[in-house]
Amino acid sequence: MGSSCYSFLAFGKGGFTVGQKAEKLSVQELIQKSSGKKQKKLIEKMIPIILLLIASVSVLTTFGIVGTLIVETVIFFNDVKITDFLFGTEWYPFGNTEQLFGILPLVAGTLKVTGIAVVVAVPFGIASAIFLSEYATDKTRRIIKPILEVLAGVPTIVYGFFALTFVTPLLQQFIPGLKIFNALSPGIVVGVMILPMIASLSEDAMSSVPNSIREGALAMGSTKLEVALRVVLPAALSGIMASVVLAVSRAIGETMIVSLAGGSTPKFDLDVTESIQTMTAYIVQVSSGDAGYGTTIYYSIYAVGFTLFLFTLLMNYLAHVISKKYREEY
Amino acid sequence: MVQSLEKGSVRQIETSSIVYDTQKLNLWYGNHHALKNIDLQIKENEVTAIIGPSGCGKSTYIKTLNRMVELVPTVKTSGEILYRERNIFDANYGVEELRTKVGMVFQKPNPFPKSIYDNIAYGPRIHGIKNKKILDEIVEKSLRGAAIWDEVKDRLTTNAYSLSGGQQQRICIARCLAIEPDVILMDEPTSALDPISTLKVEELIQELKVDYSIIIVTHNMQQAARISDKTAFFLNGEVVEFDKTDVIFSTPEDKRTEDYISGRFG
Repeated sequence: MGSSCYSFLAFGKGGFTVGQKAEKLSVQELIQKSSGKKQKKLIEKMIPIILLLIASVSVLTTFGIVGTLIVETVIFFNDVKITDFLFGTEWYPFGNTEQLFGILPLVAGTLKVTGIAVVVAVPFGIASAIFLSEYATDKTRRIIKPILEVLAGVPTIVYGFFALTFVTPLLQQFIPGLKIFNALSPGIVVGVMILPMIASLSEDAMSSVPNSIREGALAMGSTKLEVALRVVLPAALSGIMASVVLAVSRAIGETMIVSLAGGSTPKFDLDVTESIQTMTAYIVQVSSGDAGYGTTIYYSIYAVGFTLFLFTLLMNYLAHVISKKYREEY
Repeated sequence: MVQSLEKGSVRQIETSSIVYDTQKLNLWYGNHHALKNIDLQIKENEVTAIIGPSGCGKSTYIKTLNRMVELVPTVKTSGEILYRERNIFDANYGVEELRTKVGMVFQKPNPFPKSIYDNIAYGPRIHGIKNKKILDEIVEKSLRGAAIWDEVKDRLTTNAYSLSGGQQQRICIARCLAIEPDVILMDEPTSALDPISTLKVEELIQELKVDYSIIIVTHNMQQAARISDKTAFFLNGEVVEFDKTDVIFSTPEDKRTEDYISGRFG
């Protein structure tokens, strides 16, 4: 229909002259002329299949990863008793005479960092979300939200250096016993890293609470703070919880910051001022180090990776359950 | 009583029975002059209906009475609204204080996404009532007052959004009653409801009149005629006529009022 020339003649149905032909066609006739092509029907049939194939790439990849993890983990458990792995409180894989593979020190390292991150990120993130959604003018929001999102886009290696070369020395001013490598500094920085995620997603959840509900509360004589804390926050709780859980899952899996600033001394205790090692940092250490293929140490990273995977899976499941349970309909 | 209702003589007679005295109220949304020189006296324990075509300023006026209109950032006002002889625009008159005295029911039911019980208890709670027994009593009394107790008494813990639209609106009225306000403002409270729910809310308004002063915006003229004692006819931001409802609907003074109520425009 490239060179077709449609000339508008009069109101009412029909009256379009197409091309050089003298006949005048109605719109319905024009539609009939251009539809019914076999090609179009074929494409329509193919589209779902093509889309399914594309979608299955990521699903298959997931299965592939989980499959590899499981296979290699099983090999690891040929060498190490599963109970030693799960309940052992010492992680000492590089010993010449005796190797110890108790995961708890690595889990402790991960949980210390995650815990500190949550303590930093949740109050600040939710407070920022309340400010952005309930108090900030449109103009302020338009400026602050992109900045927050930029913060989320900073490469984690940069955060890692920031933790090691800025936060740790700063903290040492106040906490004399703080080691160069510790849990506190990367914990705080991981908290800063996940803060924009919590703030942004929680702000989305709070902004989607209808204004009519706010008006209802204001008309009862509520102050702005009462509206925010007692009406909007509970109404958006499912979204906020989901954002927190997602952020926690991100903190658990965080690697670069803890590798750089956390150290590499797995310890099963609650001390945050000493060097630690997280599950992710251990994997980095072994992967970039000289552990030979096929050694127990080599397989141990799969076992640790699998444990990590279970943690994040649990968190995602939790997010799912929470957002279902707390969903307040409006 | 009758002579006190006559036009022009209202202000001289017993000011104590006047809830709202609006004097030379002007309101602008940016450059749009939405309310022009409104003078209106609203008496207590009466139902005052505000009618008029869309965009005539009737909703704006009722939202000015509890200063909800100020949520629109570009709003400017001049003139005075005396609520119980105190100017609500006074710098030291807190909006929260005013809104605790003046409840509001909105066009669309807007219960909180909480349980029915928590919806009703919200107002008393934010104003400092924490005693569980007292709250229980308030909730029951308010729900009875809004004629919905029998329908919801067995499921006070379910989310208010599980109720029908008409029930939700009565929950909103009950929520309003829970802090026992002096005045209830209603902004087209039945426009989103089906006829049976509308009837229930209308009956309810008749009952509430005994204890509350009610100001209701409606674009349903039959509704105004059925339930109100006084009617104000708004047009283009002005009060064209304000009188007893039966006068407005039988022998209006102004030609425009007559045209509107007889359905010639609007």
